[in-house]
Amino acid sequence: MKKHLLSAGDLTRDDAVRVLDTAAELLGVAQRPIKKLPTLRGRTVVNLFFEDSTRTRISFEAAAKRLSADVINFSAKGSSVSKGESLKDTALTLQAMGADAVVIRHHFSGAPHRLAAAGWTNGAVVNAGDGTHEHPTQALLDAFTMRSHLMADAAPEPGAPAGPSGGMGRDLAGKNITIVGDVLHSRVARSNALLLHTLGANVTLVAPPTLLPVGIDTWPVETSYSLDDSLEKADAVMMLRVQHERMNASYFPSAREYSRRYGLDTTRMNRLPDHAIVLHPGPMNRGMEITADVADSGRSVIVEQVTNGVAVRMAVLYLLVGGSTNDEGEA
Amino acid sequence: MATPDNVPDAAADPVRPTADPVRTVLDAGEISRALTRITHEILERNHGSAEVVLLGIPKRGVPLARRIARRMGEVEGREIRSGALDVTMYRDDLRLKPARALEHTETPDDVDDKIVVLVDDVLMSGRTIRAALDALGELGRPRAVQLAVLIDRGHRELPIRADFVGKNLPTALTEKVRVRLGESDDTEDAVAIVGPATGGAA
Amino acid sequence: MSERQYVIRRARILGGEPTDIAIADGVITAIGPDLPLGDATEVDATGLVALPGMVDLHTHLREPGREDAETVLTGTQAAARGGFTCVHAMANTDPVADTAGVVEQVWRLGREAGYCDVQPIGAVTVGLGGTQLAELGAMADSAADVRVFSDDGKCVSDAVLMRRALEYVKAFDGVVAQHAQEPRLTEGAQMNEGLVSGELGLTGWPAAAEEAIVARDCVLAAHVGSRLHVCHLSTRGSVEIVRWAKSKGWDVTAEVTPHHLLLTDDLVRGYDPIYKVNPPLRTADDVAAVREGLADGTIDIVATDHAPHPMEDKECEWSAAAFGMIGLETALSVVQHTMVDTGLLTWEQVAERLSAAPARISRVGGGHGRPLAVGEPAHVVLYDAEATRTIVPADTASLSRNTPYAGRELPGRVVATFLRGIPTVLDGQLQEVSS
Ligand SMILES: [Zn+2]
Repeated sequence: MKKHLLSAGDLTRDDAVRVLDTAAELLGVAQRPIKKLPTLRGRTVVNLFFEDSTRTRISFEAAAKRLSADVINFSAKGSSVSKGESLKDTALTLQAMGADAVVIRHHFSGAPHRLAAAGWTNGAVVNAGDGTHEHPTQALLDAFTMRSHLMADAAPEPGAPAGPSGGMGRDLAGKNITIVGDVLHSRVARSNALLLHTLGANVTLVAPPTLLPVGIDTWPVETSYSLDDSLEKADAVMMLRVQHERMNASYFPSAREYSRRYGLDTTRMNRLPDHAIVLHPGPMNRGMEITADVADSGRSVIVEQVTNGVAVRMAVLYLLVGGSTNDEGEA
Repeated sequence: MATPDNVPDAAADPVRPTADPVRTVLDAGEISRALTRITHEILERNHGSAEVVLLGIPKRGVPLARRIARRMGEVEGREIRSGALDVTMYRDDLRLKPARALEHTETPDDVDDKIVVLVDDVLMSGRTIRAALDALGELGRPRAVQLAVLIDRGHRELPIRADFVGKNLPTALTEKVRVRLGESDDTEDAVAIVGPATGGAA
Repeated sequence: MSERQYVIRRARILGGEPTDIAIADGVITAIGPDLPLGDATEVDATGLVALPGMVDLHTHLREPGREDAETVLTGTQAAARGGFTCVHAMANTDPVADTAGVVEQVWRLGREAGYCDVQPIGAVTVGLGGTQLAELGAMADSAADVRVFSDDGKCVSDAVLMRRALEYVKAFDGVVAQHAQEPRLTEGAQMNEGLVSGELGLTGWPAAAEEAIVARDCVLAAHVGSRLHVCHLSTRGSVEIVRWAKSKGWDVTAEVTPHHLLLTDDLVRGYDPIYKVNPPLRTADDVAAVREGLADGTIDIVATDHAPHPMEDKECEWSAAAFGMIGLETALSVVQHTMVDTGLLTWEQVAERLSAAPARISRVGGGHGRPLAVGEPAHVVLYDAEATRTIVPADTASLSRNTPYAGRELPGRVVATFLRGIPTVLDGQLQEVSS
């Protein structure tokens, strides 16, 4: 693996499968009486959050603590530091504290890249969501959740023991994944498109034309303006959060029209294949992109995504800073 | 006699110069007899298999534990399953190498109040067993922990000893003990010493 | 006096055959082989190209208001090192150059510095607010003699206001230089809208936002019979619109920056704000189009849009960073690299596009933009086109370091610059000048 995890595109197929396999083993830790491993004892993980996200911060914090790392939470939101300067100055402070990993969440796209590239810190930088760019650990936990459901009955790779979740050693080859919603502003969609493609899945992005970025024809995905056309073949459907303020900027005429054309309700859910699952990165707008009965249905794996998030983030932290952290990569 | 193990195995051991001599010290039959003996010793020491939980340490401890479980089952007349205990996350040398892939941990039974027999292929420094004891401690509280190894090659760095030993094998630090098992290495069972003999050029 | 007399030996005027140039009291007194030296100081220009002093129609000098980024003195020193003898100071200072008082202040600071003539540009609207015309006539009548008006940094987006400005400046032969950026289409925009912006999750800045304004302004200028100048045109569509307007005989001129002749939006991939600029870096196809446009005369001039920013405004997240790059000291090298070495322009055409045409558009006095000929003011640049240099940000006279070319190897080096016969730069070094 590369030194940092900035983009889902940083992961090769083998890297990604390794994260998922490691997460599968670590998932067992959560079920044990002592939910702790000594692996990152003496390592310092900084959660550097320039944007509020309690769910993501808690998930990373739980992951780091279960690996016995020292965790420093740094919330830069609302502090008096002037724009821009704060990132560099904060990074230098963290460097002085000896951060081994910096988990950064930022409202600006590319802030993790700046942190990693500008030489302000020696630590491994983990992108915990940057602006409208990427959210690679979310994509990893989504892929993990999909694999455990969709690849569970596939025979494991020769020699691989059956894991606590299915699909050990496997990717998502040939699976059809439909991602629906505000692709333009979604870091989850960007990271998932890259990662799921790397894992061999066929990705279809469904959105009104206003919410698909220019240049999407160069992405390794199919696109569609119609949700109804994308249901029958889908093995998994991921509904993206759509923010109400997009309506005011005329990306679509009204919430009602949006949910009528792009929302997942029971009627649409019933057209999915029997084995298909429904994901949502959260937080949900119930009634907007997903109805309450779909969110709470047996096909919904939304709660599971949260559990898997901790295991996936443990895997990422372990693989980035659990070993020697000089730049020698795996052969 | 030319066994497959006497053929330099470059694929399995890519960094070792192929010129190093390989001396087979246990062949398949001897390994089998050693495991049978260990099985009986475990049963004898623990008055049967009722309280025993066998946990292999990946990689090669896992198939060894499975073989012992099978022999034990034959003696006891019931099916006995073994488990696996990955110690990667508890190792004290994690920072010396890039992060390693994890192996699988699986216990056939609750370990609380049981006699856990850890099984590994080669005992040397004792550090792996130290890590295994830590890992085991977080799975529960066994009544006792015992250790079975196929090879004890000496060079201990911690106060750890094996309860059941297939073969004591005095070696030089410049040598390497190579264990091959059908399950994990897709070849005939064998234990060999690879490398220059004591005092040889390193 | 010998300090006022120079004989430049064996210079290749506009890249032609080597010849000597004699200068006395600010005027070119003779051109020919083996001119007598007399009391004059000899300047060896063997192998060097002689060009008329260059004129930049688009410079941000930052004084008054942001003297931490640049002052008139440091900006004109950078200009001299780049081979410029005249720069046009953009109006977006603090206070804005929207009154006779401010433009006269900037003009006077330029004269005091003495490295380069500073011709202020006046704001079109009060405070660049885009709602009320500034006192354009007062600025025209002031000592600064302003003829170019621009809200650069902001677009005069109100169509009625733009029409009135275009009409009004006809009274004193002025020109409106438009920063073409439709504001609603570029709200929060961070970089060129295209496949890179989609990938990076940065808000896109569509080419259409520039082209819509360029097209509208061309039509408006034609309608009211005024002169329009399009600042830093950056897209293929803009080139085509200006070409069309010129084919109609409309009085439209256009400029391109050196960076839009060379750099593309691929560079944004590392999120390094050194590449953040307004208008944004575009695609390779746009770069090809602006080069063609500059070669065929659709684009009249190269202007630097030299935009100094202090370190802290660039050492931050992309979206928090300031727009702009410095460019005075690298402009001629980039033009050589992209246009001369590629065979698209001759040195004679370079002189037209970097000296004569900008002076003509701005109606600037002081003998700027005149040819290298006997009797003309001695604004002369000696340029070593054979040299190559690796750009080092700290090697600049500017107070700022935000060059996008750090570490790049570029051809050419300005060896000497003469402003009215006084060397502001000799052997590549700034000279002491007294004004
Ligand atoms: Zn501008």
